[in-house]
Amino acid sequence: MSAAEQQTGARGPTIRERLLQSQEGIVFLLAVVAFLAFSILLPSFLSSGNLLVLVRSVSILGILALGMALVVIARGIDVSMIAVMVVSVSWAFVITRAGYPFELALLIGASFAMLAGIMIGTLIAFGEVPPIFATLAAGSVIYGTGRTFFFTLEMQNVPPDTEWFRLIGQGNVFGIPVTVVAFALLCVVVQLVLRRTRFGWMTYAMGNNPNTARVSGLPTRPMIVAQYASTALIAYVAGLILASSAAAINARLFNSTMIYDILLVVVLGGIGLNGGHGSVRNVILGTVFVGILLNGMTIMNIDYTIQNLVKGVVLLLAIVVDSLVNPRDEQTSQQGDL
Amino acid sequence: MANSDKLIQFRHRYFSGRLVGEVLSKSWIDSAIPFAALIVVLVTMAVLVPGMVNIAYMADLSRQLAEFGLVALALTIVIMSGGIDLSVGSTFALCVLASLVGMNVLGLPVAVSLALALGAGLLCGLLNGVLIGYLRLRAFITTLVTLVIYRALYDIIFPRLASAIVGNTPDSPAWDYLGFGAFYGLPVSFIAFVVIAVAIHITLSRLRPGWRLRAVGGARKSAYNAGIDVKRTVCLAYVTSGLLTGTAAFLFSARLGSTGADTGIGMEIAVLTAVVLGGVSLGGGRGSVGNAIVGAVLVLILTNGLIRMSTPGSVNQLVLGLILILAVLFDAKWVKNRAKILSKVYVSPTYLALPSRAERHQAQFAPNDRLGESELIGLGAVEGPEDVVLDAADHLYTGTRHGTIVRFFAPDYTRSEVFARIGGHPLGLAFARNGDLLACVGGMGVYRVDPQGTVSRVTDETNRSWLSVIDDSRLRLPDDLDIARDGRIFFSEATIRYELSDWVTDALEGRGNGRLICHDPRTGQTRTVLRGLIFPNGVTMCRDGQSLLFAETWACRISRYWFDGPNKGQREIFIDNLQGYPDNINRGSNGTYWVALLGLRTATFDLAMRKPAFRRRMAKRIASDEWLFPNVNRGCVVRLSETGEVLDVLWDLAGRNHPSVTSTCEHKGYLYLGGVSNNRIGRVKLCDADSAWTSSQEYWGQV
Repeated sequence: MSAAEQQTGARGPTIRERLLQSQEGIVFLLAVVAFLAFSILLPSFLSSGNLLVLVRSVSILGILALGMALVVIARGIDVSMIAVMVVSVSWAFVITRAGYPFELALLIGASFAMLAGIMIGTLIAFGEVPPIFATLAAGSVIYGTGRTFFFTLEMQNVPPDTEWFRLIGQGNVFGIPVTVVAFALLCVVVQLVLRRTRFGWMTYAMGNNPNTARVSGLPTRPMIVAQYASTALIAYVAGLILASSAAAINARLFNSTMIYDILLVVVLGGIGLNGGHGSVRNVILGTVFVGILLNGMTIMNIDYTIQNLVKGVVLLLAIVVDSLVNPRDEQTSQQGDL
Repeated sequence: MANSDKLIQFRHRYFSGRLVGEVLSKSWIDSAIPFAALIVVLVTMAVLVPGMVNIAYMADLSRQLAEFGLVALALTIVIMSGGIDLSVGSTFALCVLASLVGMNVLGLPVAVSLALALGAGLLCGLLNGVLIGYLRLRAFITTLVTLVIYRALYDIIFPRLASAIVGNTPDSPAWDYLGFGAFYGLPVSFIAFVVIAVAIHITLSRLRPGWRLRAVGGARKSAYNAGIDVKRTVCLAYVTSGLLTGTAAFLFSARLGSTGADTGIGMEIAVLTAVVLGGVSLGGGRGSVGNAIVGAVLVLILTNGLIRMSTPGSVNQLVLGLILILAVLFDAKWVKNRAKILSKVYVSPTYLALPSRAERHQAQFAPNDRLGESELIGLGAVEGPEDVVLDAADHLYTGTRHGTIVRFFAPDYTRSEVFARIGGHPLGLAFARNGDLLACVGGMGVYRVDPQGTVSRVTDETNRSWLSVIDDSRLRLPDDLDIARDGRIFFSEATIRYELSDWVTDALEGRGNGRLICHDPRTGQTRTVLRGLIFPNGVTMCRDGQSLLFAETWACRISRYWFDGPNKGQREIFIDNLQGYPDNINRGSNGTYWVALLGLRTATFDLAMRKPAFRRRMAKRIASDEWLFPNVNRGCVVRLSETGEVLDVLWDLAGRNHPSVTSTCEHKGYLYLGGVSNNRIGRVKLCDADSAWTSSQEYWGQV
């Protein structure tokens, strides 16, 4: 709801209208309904232990979704996030075991993630390869590179003697898990970047209409590279937190449906794949909803494969709704825009 | 000629780079690169991997190709419709499951199992098709999600039936024949693949559904405006994809008789790599069955070679991903820049030295104003009257840019009608003995219009020369014609390298791109008579009935060619070193010839014609509207004697009505003037001419 619309209306929309007329509102209501239903139907759902698990597990998904949101708002997509995450974190651990200081290894891992993001961004910005192709193929290349040259074991444990690192995933600050604090912190940072910096405004402009952004003189190509590099870095951070809380990182995550969970969060939260709109609020909303859904299904002991089916169908429905709410603009959609 | 000029001439005659542009303009260039890559990979693999060339291995490879190739064809069809299908791998797995359930678990006949597999493929494709075609979802993200959904379905069903599938073996000879049988040494599944591929090729390239599919993929909006049901076409593309994947899955299950948890995983990347590598363009609309097969063979050979060299699976993944990135990158850049490169390199200038403008002509070419007081005919009503001609009843005919032949009625030529609609811009016109009007039509060929105005085609092609890269059998720019007394039609084709709209660009090349062609109505054959002419333009028969005159515009000369009689086949210069660029030639009274000069030469452009490197640089570096062109804005009319002496020159001094003249026609004491870029026809009284003389009467006798 833009400011202009609110000004022209004689009165602002009521809360009820706002809830029912936007995708955000509907998802919010669904989340509340799901929360209430699970609380009543599943006795163990509302226990403080479970809620803690829920919030902690979902905040990693949320961090990844923040990175995804950044590129989706600029009318891109990045399906190579998981590959970047597992390969860079695993490599950092392998280097540490080979005798390098842990901090240096973490830095090397970050540079690798950054480099991967820059290369993907270059491919999209300067090579003019559609983002989804570039990232799909790049995911395969990054994972293949990692498994071929960097490490052979799928499971990489956190190196010994790194107590402070374990605290990230398992410690608490004033009773709140560090994971959640990190998610909140990143939310604030991304929100500030998107709303208060030139980088953020340009991101929205590029998502709204890439051609107009380009002919208006925005540095769209460097912007695209920067966006994918930031996304890769965020994926690396998420990977560190994940590894810290599980005490290890599993490369097989690349073959799992995790990337679809991230897309689920972004699309359900209301960030249209057309780009140009959505904000951190949508990511939080999507994260909470998906978190409740996944947690509920786990407590109900639903088979993992059936969970995948449910997630897939929900994502498909979300995309259908998204395309009905934000129909593709024939004027700006290009030939070969997949 | 200085030695340095000889060197320039040699370099630009034999190494002009003309072929680069011509090869780039061919449509097969899209497929040539993948095909060359295939040859290189085949040779490399045969050398590197021992035992690659081996009958048993080849048989196994051809069975794999049948399955993999069918899925590649499925994806090709979807990509050509402007979409993409990532769910092929999961669909494949579900279809394998369906056929194995039919054969192993339920013990159904082969045909019913095939129906099950195809049904599963159909349903999967239909879901994709409805979502993408009718609901207009994004193809990539949608099929990415259906990939997860179909895979989840497979993961749910497969473990529950795994033991039943593995535990039973169907007792069906037909099933075994499909999986292991050979027909004259060729695996059955491979034959099935070839048959399906040929059928799809014919559908895509020769039948209406294929054309519609490519139209939708190439330009969705235009296809919609042309009345094609875009939504249904897109939906059907996904359904076809599902059916083809089902067929592939059926062949796969017949070969292996079982399935595993990882069937079809990662298949989408491999197939996508194959298709893009083969040259199917991701934007849609471009691609073919051949592209898909070349790509499929490439990827199969590569992956099999890697497996044979016993590299781990991750290397395979790395290599496929890298190839996919490179192929997509190349595709994106190629589609975007091909036309740009072509426009930069297509113009290929050569050395052309014209003698310096002769002193002897200077006096004769002194400007006068004898065309200045012309009566105007059809002012503003005709556009581009390149040639004018009059019939026995004195009616005036001319072609227009709108693709019509217009007739102005005698005696005052104020009334006019559209005599015939042809569709292309008629250039040269001439009357045959029986009163039919023959016309050279730009971009179309030679056409005949009978006195009732009925149009029929005379010829639109000639014999193809063996060594020319561009197809020179089609007539691109037939320019002027005349008819021999025995009925043979001789016509000039100005250039084989440019369309009518770009005719002036040919001047930058100065090469003999044109030719003289003869159509013989007695045999119905069209044959090229002379090649390598420098923009041959006007053609007219000489009065001896054995020879003709033709003008070469950029060479500023008129030659005489004997097509009959004792001198048959000879050719000599009639007049060269003209002051301007000759266009049409027509017979005049008292045994003379009229020549229209569409523009006068300039010292600058004459110099440029001796500097091919300069013209090439100009064509590459600056926009075409800033190129140096010959002067085609200021011309005159020349009267030549029977032996090629300049008798008279007529000018329009102010240049208001006839700055550039492309044709003339003397008729009963008047001279009629046409101009290809003019909007009027002129008529000038000739004081010294025979007021009863007409060209047809003199040439054909009293009709």
